[in-house]
Amino acid sequence: MGLAEQTELEAKAKTKGLMEILKENVSEYFMFIALIVIMIYFSFTTDGAFISPRNISNLFNQVGYIAVLAVGMTLVIIIRHIDLSVGYLAGCMGAFAAIAMTRWGMSVWVVLPIVLILGVISSLVMASPIAKLGVPAFVSTMAAGLIFRGALLLATMGTGTIVIKDQVFNAIGNGFIPDIMKIPALGNRHILTLLIGAVAIVLNIFTSLRTRRAKIAYKFEVPSFGLFILQMLLMSVVIGYIAWVLSGYNGISWSLVLVILVVAVFQFITTKTPLGRHIYAVGGNPEAAELSGISVQKITFIVFGAMGFLSALSGVMYASRLQSATTTAGLGFETDAIAAAFVGGVSAAGGVGTIVGSIVGALVMMSLNSGMNLMGIDSSIQYIVRGAVLVLAVIFDRITRKNQ
Amino acid sequence: MENPILEMKSITKEFPGVKALDNVTFSVKKGEIHCLVGENGAGKSTLMKVLSGVHPYGSYTGEIFVEGELQKYNNIRDSENAGIAIIYQELALIPELTIYENIFLGNEISNGVVIDSNETILQSKEILKKVGLDINPETKIKTLGVGQQQLVEIAKALKKEVKILILDEPTAALNENDSENLLELIKELKQQGVTSILISHKLKEVLAIADTVTVLRDGKTVTTLDAKADLVNENVLIKNMVGREIDNIYPERHGIEIGEEVLHLENWRAFAPGLGREILKGLDMSIHEGEIVGIAGLMGSGRTELAKSIFGNPDHYRIEGDVYIRGVKQNFKNPHDAIKAQLAYVTEDRKGNGLVLIQDVKRNISLANLKEIAKSGVIDENEEIVIANRYRSDLNIKTPTIEQKVRNLSGGNQQKVSLGKWLFVNPGLLILDEPTRGIDVGAKYEIYQIMNELVAKGMSIIMISSELPEVLGMSDRIYVMSAGKFTGEMPVEEASQEKIMELAVDY
Ligand SMILES: Nc1ncnc2c1ncn2[C@@H]1O[C@H](COP(=O)(O)OP(=O)(O)OP(=O)(O)O)[C@@H](O)[C@H]1O
Ligand SMILES: [Mg+2]
Repeated sequence: MGLAEQTELEAKAKTKGLMEILKENVSEYFMFIALIVIMIYFSFTTDGAFISPRNISNLFNQVGYIAVLAVGMTLVIIIRHIDLSVGYLAGCMGAFAAIAMTRWGMSVWVVLPIVLILGVISSLVMASPIAKLGVPAFVSTMAAGLIFRGALLLATMGTGTIVIKDQVFNAIGNGFIPDIMKIPALGNRHILTLLIGAVAIVLNIFTSLRTRRAKIAYKFEVPSFGLFILQMLLMSVVIGYIAWVLSGYNGISWSLVLVILVVAVFQFITTKTPLGRHIYAVGGNPEAAELSGISVQKITFIVFGAMGFLSALSGVMYASRLQSATTTAGLGFETDAIAAAFVGGVSAAGGVGTIVGSIVGALVMMSLNSGMNLMGIDSSIQYIVRGAVLVLAVIFDRITRKNQ
Repeated sequence: MENPILEMKSITKEFPGVKALDNVTFSVKKGEIHCLVGENGAGKSTLMKVLSGVHPYGSYTGEIFVEGELQKYNNIRDSENAGIAIIYQELALIPELTIYENIFLGNEISNGVVIDSNETILQSKEILKKVGLDINPETKIKTLGVGQQQLVEIAKALKKEVKILILDEPTAALNENDSENLLELIKELKQQGVTSILISHKLKEVLAIADTVTVLRDGKTVTTLDAKADLVNENVLIKNMVGREIDNIYPERHGIEIGEEVLHLENWRAFAPGLGREILKGLDMSIHEGEIVGIAGLMGSGRTELAKSIFGNPDHYRIEGDVYIRGVKQNFKNPHDAIKAQLAYVTEDRKGNGLVLIQDVKRNISLANLKEIAKSGVIDENEEIVIANRYRSDLNIKTPTIEQKVRNLSGGNQQKVSLGKWLFVNPGLLILDEPTRGIDVGAKYEIYQIMNELVAKGMSIIMISSELPEVLGMSDRIYVMSAGKFTGEMPVEEASQEKIMELAVDY
C-alpha cells in the first residue's frame, strides 16, 4: 500500500474529531489515564524506584496470576454470575502440580496439561447446578471454594509447604525469554525484547491501517487522519517504552508472555467472534438470547470452563513464582480478581465489561500495591486505600454511564 | 372548565443526537380527557416524562404551570405531591408482591416501625372499589391478567389525591373488553373531577373518549383539536400525524399463490412444567407457503404459549403431539433448532425477551444470525453496519445512529428493531406475536406492506393479534383460540368480528 494510495483514500474519508471520540469513550479511557497518573505519582514519591526496570518487571510478574483470573472473572460477571472459588481452585491446582512432580515424579510437560484440564473439569462440575438448575452462582461457587480449600489442606497435610525443584516449572513465574545475541553498543540490553517491541509496533500500525482502509471503503466515519497518526504515535511510544524498560532488566518474562497470550485470545474472542457476542447477549438479556437461538446453558458452561482453565493457570503461575505450594496459596485471589474487573468497568447487572478494561483494572490495583510497598506504607493503610479506590472507580463508572 | 389546569410552554428537550421535544406547547383544561397522539418517536412519552419529573427541572428548557403556578420538579415524588400521577407505557408492578403491597409501595402505612397490614388491606379494598376491581387485595400480582394489572396500576395512582392522571398507551396490551372497562373508568374519574391525559395509537378509542386531541410530530406540536367537533375523524388525525393521507389501512395483496404445506401440527398438547396444568389442549393446524394465518383470541387463551411451544419450547413445557415442517417430523430441543429449520418468532414482549436493551441497534439486528456476517469465525463489523443501516431505512427506524442503545428508542421503534432482527434471519415461517402493538398508523401500514412482500416471496406468516380489525384485514385464514383450544377456523371471507368474539369466549 503506497502513500499516494493512502492520500487518495483519505481525501474520501468521512472523519470525526478528537472531542467527539473522547466524549463517546470517556469511561473507557478514564481508567487508562488514571493508571498513568498513578504510575507517574509513584515514580515521584519513590524517587524513580517505582519506574525502575526491575520494579516494572516485578510488577508485571506480580500482576500475572491476578490478571489471568481477572480475564475469566470479567466473563463470569458479564453473564451475571460470580465465582468465589477461583482462589482456592488456583491454590488446589498449584498443590496438585507440586505433588504430581515431586511425589509422583511426573514430568512437568505432562503435569501442566493435566492441571489445566483438571481446572476446567472442576469448574464445569461446579457450574452444573448453576447452568442446569439455576442455583445462584454465589452459593455454588462459595461451596466449591470451601471444598477446594479443604482439598488443598488435605494435600498439604503433614508436609505443609511442598518445595518444587523443577527448573522448567519454576521458570514460568521467575524466568525470562532467552536472548538471541548481545549488541555491545546497547550495553546489556535484552535484544530479543527490543525486537519483539519493534515487531509489535509495526504490526499494530499495519492492522490499524487495514481496519481504517476497510472503514473508508465502506464510507464509514473514521477519526481524522491527523488524529489517527497521533493515536499510532502514542501506541508506538507506549509499546516502545515498555520494551525499552524491560530490555534493561532481563527482558520479557514468561509470566508476561502468558498474560499477553491470554489477553490476546480472550480479547479476540469477546470482540470479534459470534461466541463473544453470545456471551454479551446472555449477560444483557438471557431470555432474549435464548429466543435468538443462543443456549444460555451452553454459554454458562463455556464461561465457567474458561474460568476453571484460567484458575488452574493462575495456580501454576503462583506456585511457580513461590517455587512451592503452600497451605495459604490462593487466599483472597478472588477478591483481587473481582476488584480488578470492577475497577476495569464491568457491571454487576451483566452484559457490560471488556477484557482490556479488566487488565487495566488489575494493573491499577497492583500498581497501588507495589507503589505503596515501595513507599513503606503500612499494610493497614494499603487495604483502606485499595478499598477506597475500588469504590471510587465504580462510582465514577456509574456516573459517566448515566450521563451517556 | 375555562382556565387550564396545566400549561406547558416552549418545552425543548434534547438527548445526545436527538431533539425529542422542540418548543412544544401543551395546554390542558380542567376536568377534560385530553389525548396525545403522534408517530413513534414523536415525543409523546418524553413530554409526559418532563411533566412528571422523570426528566427533572433543568434538564429541559421551557416552563410548566399547574393551576397557574410555575412548577419545578426534581423527581417523580415532587410531581406526585403536586397531584400528578403517571402510568407508564410499561407496567411497573412487582409480580411477587400482593396487590395491596404494590399499591402502597413506597408509602407504607405503619406505626413508625411495623407495617399495619390490616389497615393497608382495608384501604386497598376502598381504592380497588374505585377502579371497579372486585378482587382480594392479598392476591399476588403475578396471578393477575394484564387488564387487571393495569387497573391495579391505576389504583396505585389514585391512592393519593390526583389532579392529573397520565396514561401512556394503557390499552396497548389490553383486549377489547378490558380496554372498554378501562375507558369507562377514565370517564367515571372525569365525573369525579380528575383530569386525564391519555396517549394512544388506537385512534378509534381516542375519538370515542377524548374531549381534546393534541397531535405531536417530530417533537413539535402540530395542532390541538376539539375532538367533539364534526370535522374531526380518523383521517384528519392521521393526516396531522404522518403528514399525508392513508386511505386503506390494510394494503391489498393480489395473486399470491398458496404453495405447499410449511407447518403442520397434530394433536399438539403442552403442559406447564412441574405439576403440569394443561396449557394447549390438542391443536391441529396447518400453514402453507404464501399464507398469512391469523390467530385471534383473548389474552391468556394460550396464543403466545402456542408460538413458544412451536419455536423450540424455551419455557420447557412438557409437550405431546407432532410438529411437521414441510412434511418432516421435527423434534426441536431449543429455539436454536427452530431457527435452523427456518422459523422465526417476533415476541410480544420486546423489552422482556425480544431485545437486549443495553446493546445498540446494530447488535440487536444481527444477534440471531451472526453466522451470516462472520467470515471464518470472525465477525465482519463493517458488513454488520451495512446490514443494520439497510433495515433501519427499510423499516424506517427512527434513531440518530445505529450505534444508539435500543433502550433509548421509543417503544414503537424498538418494535421495529425486533422485527428487523428476525427479517435478517430470512425465515421460511415467521411467527409475529402482536406485531403492531404500540406502533403508529403510518408504521403499521409499512409493516403490513412488508408482510405482503414477504408472503409474495413465498414466506408463511402466523400473526397473533388482539386487534380484530387487523386480523380481519391481513389474514388469509383465521384460527380462533379459547382456553388452549381452537374453537374455530375459517377463511377470512367467512369471518366477522362478531363471529370471532363469539368463538373467543366459547369454552
Ligand atoms: N433516554 C433517551 N436517550 C436518548 N434518546 C431518547 C431517550 N428517550 C427518548 N429518546 C428519543 O426521543 C424521541 C422521542 O421518544 P418518545 O419515547 O417520547 O416517543 P413516543 O412519541 O412516545 O413514541 P412511541 O409511540 O413509539 O412510544 C425518540 O427519537 C427517542 O429515540
Ligand atoms: Mg411512547
